[in-house]
Amino acid sequence: MSSILTVEGVNKNFSGLKALDDVNLVVEEGSVHAIIGPNGAGKSTFLNCLVGRLVPDTGTVLYYGNKPEGETLFGLPPHAINQKGISRVFQTPEVFEDLTLFENAMIPVMAHLDGSYRFNSWGGVLSRGEIADAAEHILSDVGLLEKRNMHSGSLSRGDKRRLELAMCLAQDPKLLLLDEPTAGMARADTNNTIDLLKKIGEERKITKVIIEHDMHVVFSLATKVSVLARGHIIAEGAPQEMKGDARVQEAYLGGAHL
Amino acid sequence: MNMKDNILVLIFGAVILTMPLWAGIVGAGYPDLLQKFAIFGLFAIGFNILFGFTGYLSFGHAAFLGIGSYTAMWSFKLLTMNAIPAVLFATAVSGLFALAIGFVALRRSGIYFSILTLAFAQMCYNMAYSVLTPITNGETGLTLTATDPRILDAATTEGLPSTELFGMGLSGYNGFYFCAIILIIGFYISVRLYRSSFGLMLLAVKSNQNRMKYTGLNTKPYLLSAFVISGMYAGLAGALMVVIDPLAGAERMQWTASGEVVLMTILGGVGTLLGPFIGAIVIKYFENIFSAFNDAVLNQVFGFLPDFIQGIWVSFASLFVGKGWHLTLGVLFMLIVIFLPGGAMEGFRRIAAKFKKEKEAHSAGGAE
Repeated sequence: MSSILTVEGVNKNFSGLKALDDVNLVVEEGSVHAIIGPNGAGKSTFLNCLVGRLVPDTGTVLYYGNKPEGETLFGLPPHAINQKGISRVFQTPEVFEDLTLFENAMIPVMAHLDGSYRFNSWGGVLSRGEIADAAEHILSDVGLLEKRNMHSGSLSRGDKRRLELAMCLAQDPKLLLLDEPTAGMARADTNNTIDLLKKIGEERKITKVIIEHDMHVVFSLATKVSVLARGHIIAEGAPQEMKGDARVQEAYLGGAHL
Repeated sequence: MNMKDNILVLIFGAVILTMPLWAGIVGAGYPDLLQKFAIFGLFAIGFNILFGFTGYLSFGHAAFLGIGSYTAMWSFKLLTMNAIPAVLFATAVSGLFALAIGFVALRRSGIYFSILTLAFAQMCYNMAYSVLTPITNGETGLTLTATDPRILDAATTEGLPSTELFGMGLSGYNGFYFCAIILIIGFYISVRLYRSSFGLMLLAVKSNQNRMKYTGLNTKPYLLSAFVISGMYAGLAGALMVVIDPLAGAERMQWTASGEVVLMTILGGVGTLLGPFIGAIVIKYFENIFSAFNDAVLNQVFGFLPDFIQGIWVSFASLFVGKGWHLTLGVLFMLIVIFLPGGAMEGFRRIAAKFKKEKEAHSAGGAE
């Protein structure tokens, strides 16, 4: 299997504090790669480096989604990164809360078809049938079609997450980044989200990188786990191996010397 | 654009065009005021495309109003007294200015964006008074003169010319109809924009820019387009002002004029299609009524009271009328923002909802 993202020797300092210390990582195409670690391990910093939002002090991150020789994403604006096939789900679901679910779904479809800007000021938004069809399709994929005329601001957190995932999928991404996809959710919503992610994984081969806290989520979804502690990758392997790994236990159960 | 929108535009058009017939009932039946309704209505509808759709509050739209006025004046002075070229040039030139100002101001958002637009507008205002005097004629204002070159129709007019449309004079009700037709076209365009995919993108910008960016959409060009379009509406309104009354002064660009259109939009309902127009009418209508009041009228109104009480009432009420009418506007604005943050349109919606509820309760009661 080829890799879609390689990280080599990444260092990042925040005014003297070492957030990332010589991190190396390979994300295989089609895998579900979980990055776990205790609070303050540098997970968020790492995610931001992956998508070019933060430029590391040293080291490289190469993305192989479009070019076989790879390309760097550093310094690109978010919309340009997204147009390269990388979608992102946030800790707090980010949807268009003032718009209806149907409108929410249409926007990524248009972004996928038209690119980052199109001055289509005259044709009604519903005049292009393929957009409405695609929007309905993705809403029904995540089971939100009957709520299509509701405003997304009134949804539960779990439903917002569904909608956000649907919007990401509408763009047919090559790489999907999930930043604690079940943070702040009730158990039922968490399980629904896991089921949805599993279903998505069965239907489409999208590489996923999951930053996660919740071991239940990690062991239900991941095909590979990397453990980040104090800015290092301290262990890497299949989820079952990681479960019993002494170093992981230590990092999580307070043995870590912080 | 669906059937409902077509009907909305048709009704809007019919109401505007028949205004001279029924506005007299509420004491607004003269052309000066009706022209103001149309011009400021257009200004507010355009302003709403930026403020209402994208949520970006510009405090400098009066600059485009002034630029439109000056451009139209120069079209009258240099080319022809026909209003069509004046209107077209004014729209185009204010669009160019909006492109330049918007490009810089949109580097920031929120309050910083507002301050930047305000700064640009004040710059335009001060320049019109000082270094640009050859173009703007400074404090005196730009007026028509008998010696203007008017390349296209200098030979056909004698003495001080007046604005026209292919030979038809544009004063009085003719002027109103000219403005009204442009207003209706402007309203139609704003409805189509609102329903278009471009309009949906603007609403998305207002709702969540972060998600917008992470959906692969560049928000900048959308914002700049909206800024330019609303700047062009303002320029068009400015041109109509000089079509009606060929005199362009720099005070048109002052920050109070920028503030007025913000008040109109909020008063009527930000982000609604009709709201800004209603806000413009309400403000211009009450300005007309309240500023006409003076102490003599007040004395008459309170004439039934004993003398000393009458004196107190008159001196109190006179604070709110005449030149003090802005105090009334301020109170009105505060009441709206506190009790009806969605403006007049929210008020209508609430009333409609109440009626609907009562009707439902009624029919439910009848069924039992």
